[in-house]
Amino acid sequence: MSQFLLPTLGGALIALSSIIMMAMLGRITGISGIVGGLLPPAPARGADAAVRVAFIVGLLAGPLLLAVIAGNNGIGAPIVELPMMIAGGFLVGVGTALSAGCTSGHGICGLSRLSPRSFAAVMTFMATGIVTVFVVRHLL
Amino acid sequence: MARIITALVAGLIFGLGLAVAGMTNPAKVLGFLDFAGDWDPSLAFVMGAGVIITFIGYRLVLAQPRPVLAEKFQIPTRKDIDWNLIGGSAIFGIGWGLAGYCPGPAVSSLVSGATPVVLLVVSMLVGMLVVRVIKARG
Repeated sequence: MSQFLLPTLGGALIALSSIIMMAMLGRITGISGIVGGLLPPAPARGADAAVRVAFIVGLLAGPLLLAVIAGNNGIGAPIVELPMMIAGGFLVGVGTALSAGCTSGHGICGLSRLSPRSFAAVMTFMATGIVTVFVVRHLL
Repeated sequence: MARIITALVAGLIFGLGLAVAGMTNPAKVLGFLDFAGDWDPSLAFVMGAGVIITFIGYRLVLAQPRPVLAEKFQIPTRKDIDWNLIGGSAIFGIGWGLAGYCPGPAVSSLVSGATPVVLLVVSMLVGMLVVRVIKARG
């Protein structure tokens, strides 16, 4: 039971954040979009850039706040070798930029809007994520 | 200024949520994706709770005429399912399954200062940059 309590609480906090962003700023809370929007060739400027940077600063501070509350920042160590980290990061960047969303934008916000594009995206990345782990852990 | 503070607070709650949920622990993420191994279903509750609560919250919020601090709601309007969406999502899933980091947890995990995480995030930014440049050239 308790192993599901923290994920449920975490999901509720992520939902609260997404609802605040929509209610106050009218924006979808997609992390790949918030981060990617700061990159060339057409980086966000002025107030838009400031909002994105502020959200990212908050994102970084989240685990630090947890450390203050619970004595543990909740960050687990990487469990794969460096080449896999670099390849994984690159593919996450390419994929989320191409599909215009990740686990938050398509996953939380898109599914909540009943968006057919986001349903397709989530089914696809869940499937390839599961297949990738299967191949790496059980076939290679 | 109010918009910046709002984004800061929302980011803080989001980052706290990721860390509480276990999304910033790649061992847990890969355990969730490992259906053929010792499957850990707990992270399904992150998505479950997140979607149900956001679904209700969005219904209430989008019934309002406009956001509190902005002119209008910026909601994606596209309905078509194209190859960029499916191919991109497929590539994202492969990357997620290789290292166990999606974009939010990758950024939040930077505060640990671990070099492999820094390199993963730099690689992610390079990947995003490459696609943005190619898309801009049409």
